[in-house]
Amino acid sequence: MSLKTFVMGGVHPPEQKISAAEAIRILPLPKTITVPVSQHLGATAALEVKRGDLVKTGQLLAKATGFISANIHSPATGKVAKIDVVMNQSGYKRTSIIIETTDDEWMDDIDTSPDLLREITLSKKEIIDRIHNMGVVGLGGATFPVYVKMMVPEGKKAELLLINGVECEPYLTADHRLMLERSDELMVGITILMRALGVEKAIIGIENNKPDAIEKLSALSQKYPGISVQALKVKYPQGGEKQLIKAVTGREVPSGKLPIEVGCVVDNVGTAVAVYEAVQKNKPLIERIVTITGKAAKRPGNYLVRVGTPISALIEAAGGMPENLGKVVGGGPMMGKALMDVEAPVVKGSSGVLLMPDEEAHRVVVRNCIRCSRCTTVCPMGLEPYLLAQLVKHEKWDKAEDNRIMDCIECGSCHYTCPSGRPLLDYIRLGKTKVGTIIRTRGKK
Amino acid sequence: MKSLLTISGSPHIHADESVRKIMFTVFYAMIPAMLVSLYFFGLDALRLLLLSVAACVAIEYLIQKYILKGDLTINDGSAIVTGVLLAFNVPANLPWWIIIIGAVVAIGIAKMAFGGIGKNPFNPALVARVFLLMSFPAQMTSWPVPQPNFPLTDVITGATPLGMLKGMSYENIPAPEALQQIMGDAPNYINYLIGFQGGSLGEISAIALLLGAVYMFFRRVITWHIPISYLVSAIGFAAIMWWIDPSQYVNPLFHLVTGGLMLGIFFMATDMVSSPMSARGQIVYGVGCGVITMVIRFWGSYPEGVSFAILIMNAFAPLINNAFKPVRFGKVEAVKS
Repeated sequence: MSLKTFVMGGVHPPEQKISAAEAIRILPLPKTITVPVSQHLGATAALEVKRGDLVKTGQLLAKATGFISANIHSPATGKVAKIDVVMNQSGYKRTSIIIETTDDEWMDDIDTSPDLLREITLSKKEIIDRIHNMGVVGLGGATFPVYVKMMVPEGKKAELLLINGVECEPYLTADHRLMLERSDELMVGITILMRALGVEKAIIGIENNKPDAIEKLSALSQKYPGISVQALKVKYPQGGEKQLIKAVTGREVPSGKLPIEVGCVVDNVGTAVAVYEAVQKNKPLIERIVTITGKAAKRPGNYLVRVGTPISALIEAAGGMPENLGKVVGGGPMMGKALMDVEAPVVKGSSGVLLMPDEEAHRVVVRNCIRCSRCTTVCPMGLEPYLLAQLVKHEKWDKAEDNRIMDCIECGSCHYTCPSGRPLLDYIRLGKTKVGTIIRTRGKK
Repeated sequence: MKSLLTISGSPHIHADESVRKIMFTVFYAMIPAMLVSLYFFGLDALRLLLLSVAACVAIEYLIQKYILKGDLTINDGSAIVTGVLLAFNVPANLPWWIIIIGAVVAIGIAKMAFGGIGKNPFNPALVARVFLLMSFPAQMTSWPVPQPNFPLTDVITGATPLGMLKGMSYENIPAPEALQQIMGDAPNYINYLIGFQGGSLGEISAIALLLGAVYMFFRRVITWHIPISYLVSAIGFAAIMWWIDPSQYVNPLFHLVTGGLMLGIFFMATDMVSSPMSARGQIVYGVGCGVITMVIRFWGSYPEGVSFAILIMNAFAPLINNAFKPVRFGKVEAVKS
């Protein structure tokens, strides 16, 4: 099989997949869990429970409000101890439901048996409703409600479902393990998504540093009509949906548009498994696979973790808090967020926790830009990060917009590669917030 | 947990790259040409190289410490590179005080006056070279004749091949005859490629410069865009003129192996700070350099045009950056509501 990749830009940071061989283990349920009511892109869900309520595992805790929103279900059985504002992984204080857990007791209508259910009995509409009800969001990181993607807008046509098994972030191995250990569920999940979208063809894109996953899924795909595997050359940020579409199909999503513009819908492998569980098992999205890793981690591994579990519990499972810990990152080293507090809960979008030793935790000294143009060369969107950073510094919002600051996918390749260590993405992120506000205000006038 | 966690925006890892690494890669890439200069010009070359580097580093240090009073970034190696390049661009027998003036101009005026590394619109070594060429025309065009095997004797001076060519064109000697007088009956381009020709310290050996360029290419300090577009446009232009009128214009091969073309193409035009940023812009810039170089060589009053061509295109770099943006992903015209 020939290797494909995207054309423009990209970097190749050390892969560091040190936890790739660690089988998924189940993380024990902690005594207290903290479930934020906003774990997705879009509107915050509205509370359905109050302090003192007894809840079962899988019970609805908060209901989606509006089109782009998602239901939140209880990841455990227990008592709602309080409803409070708690700091999330991004450092923002958000309304959360704090549950004191007791023995696990699932809702009766959830099928908790390990049997594989291949036969899909639901209709297209029922599938979409089920995905919506079960609170399934994209598990690749953006946490966009999946049911919304299944409803193809008027005048557009979905031709191809792309399944993202790229996992281009260094260190992270959650998707890799999931592809190996839950292959059949993944395949059924993909089949369900294909039916919901009405497409005949699905391609799973996997980077070549996961040959076992490529081999296993390629073999398995023989049994599932319409599904195939595309091996990809290792290059960051191939897991970005626009880059993945370009790599696999050669199509380029126009600036400011969604993948459906070129007939594609992209979903992460974890999302497909969550869809399988939602549709076939009636199981809401209340747990996910999280990689705990990093040079400071004593025992890197992959865990099946209930949403709401504090990250400290995960660190404990990985051998405890390291002596030389300098930084804890929620997610991978390229796009993850540095955590202020290790008590922040695991949420639907948490793919990994990275423990960095102190000597790696600090940025390099910033020097003058030497105009080496590496940031321009590595930018996968064809932008000029050095220029955008300057424009933002001088508050030239118009020019920043003209130079397509909003196209930035925040992959961090520019900052990663800058020999002067300039914090290009910091500036661009700031600029995007500002320009985004300006664009929205203009829309309202 | 008692100690505080570090908070910063993503990305949390950084490529193993620094300005210092880039500068030293360029320095290592210049070693073959330095060795050739020692081989042909002996102690003169050594003296000039050491003096130039020492002067550049010292001047940058003094300006940073006593005038700008800012961070000392002298260990980034950029002053060393400028020092070597300045020495490369002057005759090996240049009096010591002239090279020091050159260093003051390169570092003091062309680099630090604009704010130091990264801020200079023009290539510092070339600014200094042109300054010296105009201020000390006699010393700057008295070229030592190469004497192999690390000469320790006094030098004999002579003209460069391009200088001879320009002189003969003023006497209306037809090009083929001029070429014959310069290179002999059977032109030995290989000798020229190796460096058996009069010229500036670092420019004489195309082979040594090419070797360094290949190293820089694989270390990703330079890309193909500027060197190839410069080379193709300069030699292409020379070939066209030669094809139109071989009695007036010499074989393009002659232009390829003589003068500062190779040094300019690989080490001067590719200077990151003063060249454009996008791939397309770099090609435009390279073509501009090539054309201007040959225009000066053909019709200018100076025999060599590389320095002027690059400085002129340096001046255009900001405009080129504005005019030639990178190819955007998902290129559609930005829609403003």
